[in-house]
Amino acid sequence: MSQHILLRHRDIPNLDRLEVYRKHGGFEAFRKAVTSLQPAEVIQIVKDSGLRGRGGAGFPTGLKWSFCPNTIWPHYVVANADESEPGTFKDREIMESNPFQFLEGLMIAAFAIQANAAYIYLRGEYWQIGKLLDQKIAELEAAGLLGDHLFGSSYSLRLYTHMGAGAYICGEETALLESLEGKLGQPRLRPPFPAVAGLYARPTVINNVETLANVPPIIQNGAAWYRDFGTDKSPGVKVFSLSGHVNRPGNYELPLGTTFRELIYNYGGGIREGRNIKAIMSAGASSSLIIANEKALDTPMDYESLVGLGASLGSASVIVLDETVNMAWLAHKTTHFFKHESCGKCTPCREGTYWMTHILERIVDGKAVEADVELLQAVASQMQGKCLCALGEFSILPVLSSLQKFRADYLQKVAAPSLEVES
Amino acid sequence: MNALLAQYPQEVERILAKYPADRKRSAVMPLLYLAQRAEGYIRAQDLRDIAEICEISITDVASIVGFYTLYYDQPLGRYHIQVCTDLPCALRGAEDFLHQLSEKLGIGVGETTPDGLFHLEEVKCIGACHRAPVFQVQGDGEIVFHENQTVETALAVIDALREQARAAKGEEA
Repeated sequence: MSQHILLRHRDIPNLDRLEVYRKHGGFEAFRKAVTSLQPAEVIQIVKDSGLRGRGGAGFPTGLKWSFCPNTIWPHYVVANADESEPGTFKDREIMESNPFQFLEGLMIAAFAIQANAAYIYLRGEYWQIGKLLDQKIAELEAAGLLGDHLFGSSYSLRLYTHMGAGAYICGEETALLESLEGKLGQPRLRPPFPAVAGLYARPTVINNVETLANVPPIIQNGAAWYRDFGTDKSPGVKVFSLSGHVNRPGNYELPLGTTFRELIYNYGGGIREGRNIKAIMSAGASSSLIIANEKALDTPMDYESLVGLGASLGSASVIVLDETVNMAWLAHKTTHFFKHESCGKCTPCREGTYWMTHILERIVDGKAVEADVELLQAVASQMQGKCLCALGEFSILPVLSSLQKFRADYLQKVAAPSLEVES
Repeated sequence: MNALLAQYPQEVERILAKYPADRKRSAVMPLLYLAQRAEGYIRAQDLRDIAEICEISITDVASIVGFYTLYYDQPLGRYHIQVCTDLPCALRGAEDFLHQLSEKLGIGVGETTPDGLFHLEEVKCIGACHRAPVFQVQGDGEIVFHENQTVETALAVIDALREQARAAKGEEA
């Protein structure tokens, strides 16, 4: 896109500097919210914009904000900056290069639910970004944009960073809250939902970094302006993280509804070394595989259309796989990841990812027989619908979809078992 | 006597100030990073100190160390060389990269160089899939990314760290 909405630093040099960000309208949306809008009005604008959560679930953001009961206080906002899905690296670019737009979005969210404290939960690996944000928060305090009685109002707000320490599961919002409370990062049973009993059992809104970065321009320009981008049911723009076998991997901010073909061939420069595309994962490792045929390539990437391909948009982490990839190998890679990251709380996920990894190890090592492929299918199917959170549920997607769509890749591995197989 | 508090009074205060006064337990993760800064791992004494500050049991603190991968309960090396080999990185040659780096360093994955400086690790996605091969260096209280790497550039980074460690040792002496 010629003019970015989220990755504005690509159009405006030094946008990570407060004076530059302010010169380009920075913190005017926050000022507008605090000085001339009621919290309910802010929530209504975000509802009208149709903004949906960019972390993966796609839940309507304004609706999420409206769930906090006004009978229990204090309220909290938590920014989910635990970006850990293999293939996802978008929040990182926003925080590194356009940090104030993210922080302003977080501040507007806090005002909307009248929270006086907000936390930013960053994955530990983003250590340098944590230091950067601490510095930016200090600048905002010095400039009077954070602190007490903002713009002469009665509203006060403080922001704090909190570093995770290497646990994918903490991207799951209730595990994140447990971690922020100083406990093991394990998901909570729901209900109650965080909007009612979140951080310290208080009403809490948890939003992804990219979601929050959308908020300042929406408040500034209005809901109708935002709906000019994207599709009717999936309005707005999205940062697509493109990785794998493409010539130009990277982040691309595009309207929702852009086709795979345009992302992969126009922006991504096509497949490396002139090879053919075989499959696509649209939501990082947590994806069902999409066979990259003409129909799939012409499918618009929005929340609704991908369901038609048996997939989902998730955090829009598009991993491109060329014809050299054996999908049993791929399933072993993703399953090993989920096994490592399973928090161990629920049995189907803890045991299921363990056994799937073992079977897949046998398959890729050429030590399996055809019955192992059936066994893998049985284990994955038994996990389905029984896990406590999405980690376990999503771990089976690459497995079941590859078994269904690329069974030949498995059979190729088991066709000629190595001599080490015990009879 | 709380040694951690005595060593870093201002940092401990700054960490506790982030959370409500009756929610000290939230400080356990930043305090573990603080304790790990000097020696690169969490000692039994640190567990006791942090438990006291957070007003929780030593077992609770130890469970956090065990759960999260960026905390260590034993000295494995001053710098942890953490190479990502997850799917997107693997598609761009990360497995070969790790293998070659391991050969050049003369240690296997999960091993430490004889001088105790470098510990080679294979890690899960670190959020740099478009710039693979990538690794991060955890050590001296920092985590730093190195992206778009070759074995040669990685060895140059490692040489620079070795030099840095030698210089620091010289200053101490």
